[in-house]
Amino acid sequence: MNQPILTCRDVCFSYHSLTGETQALTNISFQINRGEFVAIVGPSGCGKSTLLSLIAGLNKPQSGEIILDAQASNKIGYMLQQDHLFEWRTILKNILLGPEINGTLTKEKEELALKLLSDYGLFKFKDKKPGELSGGMKQRAALIRTMVMEPELLLLDEPFSALDYQTRLMVSNDIGQIIKKSGITAVLITHDLSEAISLSDRIIVLSRRPATVKRKIAVKLTLDGDSLLSARNAPEFKDYFSLLWKEISDEYENSK
Amino acid sequence: MNTKTANNQKESPAQQLYIKKHRQHHHFITLMRFLVLFLFLLIWEMAARLELIDTFFFSSPSMVVSCFFKMLFDGSFFSNTGITLLETLISFALITAFSLLAAILLWYSRTLSEIFEPYLVVLNSLPKSALAPLFIVWLGTGIDTIIVAGISVAIFGSIISLYTGFKHVDAEKLKLIYTLGGSRFTALKKVVLPASVPAILSNMKVNIGLALVGVIIGEFLAARRGLGYLIIYGSQVFQLNMVITSIIILCVIAMALYQCIQFAEHLYKKKNGQDSLTI
Ligand SMILES: Nc1ncnc2c1ncn2[C@@H]1O[C@H](COP(=O)(O)OP(=O)(O)O)[C@@H](O)[C@H]1O
Ligand SMILES: [Mg+2]
Repeated sequence: MNQPILTCRDVCFSYHSLTGETQALTNISFQINRGEFVAIVGPSGCGKSTLLSLIAGLNKPQSGEIILDAQASNKIGYMLQQDHLFEWRTILKNILLGPEINGTLTKEKEELALKLLSDYGLFKFKDKKPGELSGGMKQRAALIRTMVMEPELLLLDEPFSALDYQTRLMVSNDIGQIIKKSGITAVLITHDLSEAISLSDRIIVLSRRPATVKRKIAVKLTLDGDSLLSARNAPEFKDYFSLLWKEISDEYENSK
Repeated sequence: MNTKTANNQKESPAQQLYIKKHRQHHHFITLMRFLVLFLFLLIWEMAARLELIDTFFFSSPSMVVSCFFKMLFDGSFFSNTGITLLETLISFALITAFSLLAAILLWYSRTLSEIFEPYLVVLNSLPKSALAPLFIVWLGTGIDTIIVAGISVAIFGSIISLYTGFKHVDAEKLKLIYTLGGSRFTALKKVVLPASVPAILSNMKVNIGLALVGVIIGEFLAARRGLGYLIIYGSQVFQLNMVITSIIILCVIAMALYQCIQFAEHLYKKKNGQDSLTI
């Protein structure tokens, strides 16, 4: 169980433009084990999205290496901040976009999509256009679009931040449960510290840009029940919160 | 039409009143529009009958109508309108096809678009009627000259506007395609083209009008048939009835062509790009 699915070793990355170089990541190193749920927090603009793009292989690191488990390397699911459901497709067709693109659109895939739709309570919306769904439902549809690819490693880039607070609590609870039950390894970027604590097994704190790994915190909560609310009520919750709060606010202090 | 509640429940008196007022206003506007037209025609006709204007130069509604019937019976209406319409439709189809292809290529290759941008801008700002004499020398005075004239008026602007539309498709939507393992070509098929359907349709509305402008310019200079030819010929032999009748026919054609695309747009909106448009 404890073999790493992902290893980042001394990863550096900069963006280049005529007005100058923007160093985004410097010497990022960490490992993520199979089945883990890891949250990454850090000041905004520090390079979190950049890191995910590198892991997903959309960009190449300038130096250092990103090693993916052989099984996982082409089974990465990526969930963006916005749902980006296409208005001209029905929900079902949106969900089948991935298989359609990589040519694996089989009867079984379609059945899997339908099963996921009913599991996540969206079955009766399958022939609707995204415009007819609420924000939370759309985000769940976006998760199904990712899950239908049967990923081994799930990358989530602030997937709840476009939602209002109420919806956000519900959806992050739902989606957190779904991911944990499925046993998929997940990397979640968030700027919501409570979300990080309540969902993850481990938190990686990044410094401000150029990002380095500032701290890694293992999260162990004593839970009664498996809902997000029980996590938020756990006695250790507030200690983790103040710890994280201090780490992050240090970064903002430094930048002044 | 309205929200579901408005359909299911019986409308409240206030809502009924609102709808009634709205309809009344709508009828009033329609009525006034016809009245303006009617008054214009009436004043024109009266002025002609009372010899306030010289019908030799200004014609009159009744003379236009009789001229129209004359054209209808001697077949010149169909042959001239038909040829102008044919040329316009061919120009329009070629403009749309070429500019879509060009815009796709420009979108696909950033380098290509950087190289060609200044040329497009210059060609687009050039008054295209200046090119028509050149086309006549190159291509003679046949239908192809007219079609090329029609194309030349709209093509560059159309390429620029389609390319701009393609470029404005949300970059994050493209990123989504890449995260799902798609290529730039996939992004074109799955995102850029379907997302640009409204832009393409409104571009077509502009193109159909401009194609007609180009065709008429072409016919002025190089035709023996067509409404543009009738207008020029009529003015040279002081047959102002013919000129004005042709201009009115031209108005009707322009409106009809525009409405056709408007209708296509309406169909698209109603259907909002079900399967067939997702390519
Ligand atoms: N495509 C790009 N070109 C140039 N600079 C970029 C680009 N994308 C992001 N950046 C810069 O890199 C830094 C990190 O961005 P990002 O990874 O999006 O931060 P985060 O997700 O942590 O908010 C920011 O300062 C941003 O301005
Ligand atoms: Mg980000």
